[in-house]
Amino acid sequence: MIALIDYRAGNLTSVKKALATIGADVVVPDAPAAIADASGVIVPGVGHFGATRALDASWVEAILARIGEGRPLLGICLGMQWLFEGSDEAPDVRGLGLLSGTCYRLGTTVRLKPDAPAETVRLKPDTTEDQGCEPRRVQPDRDRAVKIPHVGWNSLALARGEASILEGVADGAQVYFTHSYVAPVTGDAAAITEHGEPFAAVVQRGYIAGVQFHPEKSGDVGLRILRNFVELAG
Amino acid sequence: MLSKRIIACLDVRDGQVVKGVNFEGLRSAGDPAELARRYNREGIDELVILDITATLEARRALADTIARVARELFIPLAVGGGIRTESDAAAAVDAGADKVSLNTAALAEPGLITRVAERYGSQAVIVAIDAKRAPAGGAFSVYARSGQTAAGRDAVAWAREAESRGAGEILLTSIDRDGTKAGFDCELTAAVSSAVSIPVIASGGAGGLDHFVDVFTTGRADAALAASIFHYAETSVRALKEHLRDHQIPVRL
Repeated sequence: MIALIDYRAGNLTSVKKALATIGADVVVPDAPAAIADASGVIVPGVGHFGATRALDASWVEAILARIGEGRPLLGICLGMQWLFEGSDEAPDVRGLGLLSGTCYRLGTTVRLKPDAPAETVRLKPDTTEDQGCEPRRVQPDRDRAVKIPHVGWNSLALARGEASILEGVADGAQVYFTHSYVAPVTGDAAAITEHGEPFAAVVQRGYIAGVQFHPEKSGDVGLRILRNFVELAG
Repeated sequence: MLSKRIIACLDVRDGQVVKGVNFEGLRSAGDPAELARRYNREGIDELVILDITATLEARRALADTIARVARELFIPLAVGGGIRTESDAAAAVDAGADKVSLNTAALAEPGLITRVAERYGSQAVIVAIDAKRAPAGGAFSVYARSGQTAAGRDAVAWAREAESRGAGEILLTSIDRDGTKAGFDCELTAAVSSAVSIPVIASGGAGGLDHFVDVFTTGRADAALAASIFHYAETSVRALKEHLRDHQIPVRL
């Protein structure tokens, strides 16, 4: 049984539908205690990082308890960013911190060397303003070569061989993204996508996995990734 | 690299896909779920279901259509036509739409864009703009009510406002070109696309493969939408994408 966490950050219909299609047994728990029997936990979500505030200490405790028992966790989009330490989008809100690094807005990195995509210096966004639902622009995006938000189908460059979440997914496979903030490329990155700059599209460290795109909207590739997770959950 | 999206539009009336010329003269093109399935097989990137009757009775039938399509397709699905209130938007989302497209109601009450964006996120809000060239030339005027009423707004200015109010994408239709197969209005598309940072979906006028090449290059479109060119199997989605790839335009194949 997969527990799909509803913290009011987006509609869960599509994720539920996709999981049902691959034959997974899904529940949407109404309280943290209700995930005690879950074989795996999915944290979905779209929108502002501040929405993850709803995942309070009791949820964090319940989710960490499942991970402690070796139960896999999958973060989707905002849910993946929540696995990290935090995000520039809501600097006062802490992430789960299972993966190291802080999420940041696309287009706010400066390359140290033209051919060194991994080494970047981040420009601090203006965090003194109330960012509201849609974050303020850090710089005028319309002058940039790429549009932000990053919306549409983009390709995955597999970053390493052994990530079980990506089993059966070919290098270059395309998936559907819609987001403005990204997670950094670290040793946990299992696949990298480029949109003006490289970012972590898939992360996996043991039983903890995350995808920046929407597997429930990414055709057969997305369903395969969800199936990989369900199999991981056993 | 981000692919240019090819979007198929299903104009639905009384449960059937129909298509007209210059917003008039409708003819039937088949069952929406069946067409959606075919497009998905051919590699369509996204679907738009446009309710062109939008009576209360038809609206309930539309929810069934949305649910039928959403149940088996795992690609983005947008729904538009007659969405006037937050509860109309909620009904479409509950039925399985990932995005709602606002047009006339957003012109009448721009705050609707923000309210729907706050509830479902900007990624779920498309503002559809139907634009026509001004007789004097130069500017593009916005029309409401399926292209019938001049809204008294400039298309570029309205696109900018929609973005600032929380729209996640712009669906830009050239009324002059709609259904004519004379090609997209690249000038209109480029003017709007360069004015906003959100993606712009070009619509109206697709008649041949090179029209798509044009709208992705000179038109600076992020996505292109077509209906009749796909419905009557004049062009398969796959053949179109191969053509685009051959012209160095990134697509999902």
